[in-house]
Amino acid sequence: MAWYRIRALVVKEFLALLRNKASRMVLIGPPLIQLVVFGYAATFNLHHVPIAVYNEDRGGASRQLIARFQGSRYFSLVGMLTSGRRIANIISDKEALMVLRIGPHFSRDLELHRTARIEVLVDGRNSNTGLLALNDVDTVVQSFNAHWAATHGWQTAPAVPVMRAWFNPDLRSRWFIIPGIVGLLTLVVAMLVSGLSVAREREAGTFDQLLVTPLGPWEILLGKALPGFLIGGLEATLIIVVAISWFRVPFMGSVLALYLGLALFLLAAIGVGLAISSASATQQQGLLGVFLFLVPAVILSGFATPIANMPPLVQYLTYLNPLRYFLIILRGVFLQGDGVAILWTQYLPLIGIGLATMTLAMQLFRRRLT
Amino acid sequence: MNAQRLRGLIRKEALQIVRDPSSIAIAFVMPLVLLLLFGYGVSLDARHVPIALVAERPSAQTSGFFSGFWRSPYFKAYGYPDMRDARRALMRRDVDAIVWLRSDFTRQVLRGASAPIGVIVDGVNANNARIIEGYVQGVWASWLAAQARERGQPLTLPVDIRSRVWFNPALRSHDYLVPGLIALIMTLIGALLTALVVAREWERGTMESLMASPATIPEILVGKVVPYFFLGMGGMILTVVMAITVFSVPFVGSLWLLFAAAALFLLTTLGMGLLISTIARNQFVAGMIAVVTTYLPAFILSGFIFDIHSMPWPIRLLTHTIAARYFVAILQTLFLAGNVWPVIGGNMAALGLIALLFLGLVARISRKRLD
Repeated sequence: MAWYRIRALVVKEFLALLRNKASRMVLIGPPLIQLVVFGYAATFNLHHVPIAVYNEDRGGASRQLIARFQGSRYFSLVGMLTSGRRIANIISDKEALMVLRIGPHFSRDLELHRTARIEVLVDGRNSNTGLLALNDVDTVVQSFNAHWAATHGWQTAPAVPVMRAWFNPDLRSRWFIIPGIVGLLTLVVAMLVSGLSVAREREAGTFDQLLVTPLGPWEILLGKALPGFLIGGLEATLIIVVAISWFRVPFMGSVLALYLGLALFLLAAIGVGLAISSASATQQQGLLGVFLFLVPAVILSGFATPIANMPPLVQYLTYLNPLRYFLIILRGVFLQGDGVAILWTQYLPLIGIGLATMTLAMQLFRRRLT
Repeated sequence: MNAQRLRGLIRKEALQIVRDPSSIAIAFVMPLVLLLLFGYGVSLDARHVPIALVAERPSAQTSGFFSGFWRSPYFKAYGYPDMRDARRALMRRDVDAIVWLRSDFTRQVLRGASAPIGVIVDGVNANNARIIEGYVQGVWASWLAAQARERGQPLTLPVDIRSRVWFNPALRSHDYLVPGLIALIMTLIGALLTALVVAREWERGTMESLMASPATIPEILVGKVVPYFFLGMGGMILTVVMAITVFSVPFVGSLWLLFAAAALFLLTTLGMGLLISTIARNQFVAGMIAVVTTYLPAFILSGFIFDIHSMPWPIRLLTHTIAARYFVAILQTLFLAGNVWPVIGGNMAALGLIALLFLGLVARISRKRLD
């Protein structure tokens, strides 16, 4: 192996990638814009859910309850209904996600120390949002209950849960999603760069020329992989800095553990990208192949939905997914303060995937040679 | 427009689609992969959550409280002798939560003095943590009811909530994810595939030859749009049929309205695809822009998974420019709620407007480039 030959190939790869102003821009601009937009958009914490109230009760207790909903940051009151007939329309027309219905005997029941019922009608078209909103209603009503019970001499419960959350005390879903976006964007960039590198030359017919140069298959592989490594590493660093300094996601663990994970993840991601690229005859095939890999890889990574909720067969499938391991590393290092000692079980599979796919990519160079 | 030339152009594009296996892969394999993943793979409903139970001084009271966790289908309970072991299990991610009863729990419960129940959840996945807290509350509430029954006193909770979920009473996440997928799949075909194909023509220089031919710009554009329009509608029909037959998602609205909305949406994505490739003229750049401006927003900014109301206002404003936002609202309404005109009419109008805007822009820009 000769380093000067590899260096020449790397320089050539960078020129092919960065010569064009537009392609320079798409490598840097979009990932950052996505981090910021998705960092704000991708949240499971609800705010300002539009809620309408139909209050048939004339007493003060119902007004206190409604005031709690008005004061909550989860909800924004969009209307006080005066007739029950509007309830159906206001939900189906999406003017309100839910309607709170308070019956005529609400205050009287409470004065008599009887349990008062309220009815909550929720739009289930997006069932996850509906479920989250119901949880938030629960939180508001429970704090009303605790207050009412304490101030009106109701019997207290024999035991009360005191909830605490470790690693993320306010349960901000942003702290979970943003380290995930770091992994997601790194994967996208690394795979796009490597996935097109061989395919571009095949389409232009220059790959055959590359094969007849003194460069050996190992050298071609290294030359093709290094640009993805450098670009992916730099992008990831940039995104990590924004995640910490802009979004204030706590960084508790060791930088060494993170970068060891990043390097091994890039090895695996670029391996997959190069294997797809070497199997493709045109850039379009390369790009679509990358896409066919990316979409399931993101969905089956634990990025938005926990792997533990998937059926067992699908869970086994996720062991082949490099993003799965990197997300555990990212979240472990960011939130749980993990070091290399805990994370080595995540590093090993990444090395395995990387070596297997790199070898496959090289085999595919050769196969095309004959 | 000359019908014969148009037919020739359409034939050429159709041949290009048929001859390249990757277009077929995106149009038909991708929808199947996505459907299977979302239909079988993805769920936000946690089950069998591993939970550690610690009673510092076990008694009839503590095991009475814990029995709810052992029985619950939402939890997979593990007993731990003390908090040190349980904490370590949480650190190792063997369990997602700990329920901890202190040594004076029994005494306080018997005195009726509101004994604290320590609950520690792993907050890394905040959404999951919230769901787990909800489950713990559920176990606690049924324990309270059982306690009240034992003592012969009625359960005294000031306000009790009775909730009803409309349109999806069982809260099946399939029923909203699978219809939303239609928007994603059509975005892939309409925007990504079109952007790549046209950018390739620019890259290879065949676009110039097309322009040098007697075909006019509108003819070339229509020739490009028509085959991908049929491909996109094909992908849509495949997804709808699978959604209804395989995943038994209810469809209560009108199929004609669905087709009309899908056609409008497909026009917006085709317009986006053509616009991107006309500007980029390079497959790598076109692919990157298509993913960033169409696919990912259709995923994250459309209300497909994340609630739009909860986003900060600048982002909410941005979602109004995303065609998928309007289509996802129509899809979820048509599938689960029916022909609700106030929702469908407004969103259809928005789709039509965006389609006109993009296609108009494409026509304008392409004309300029001919000079």
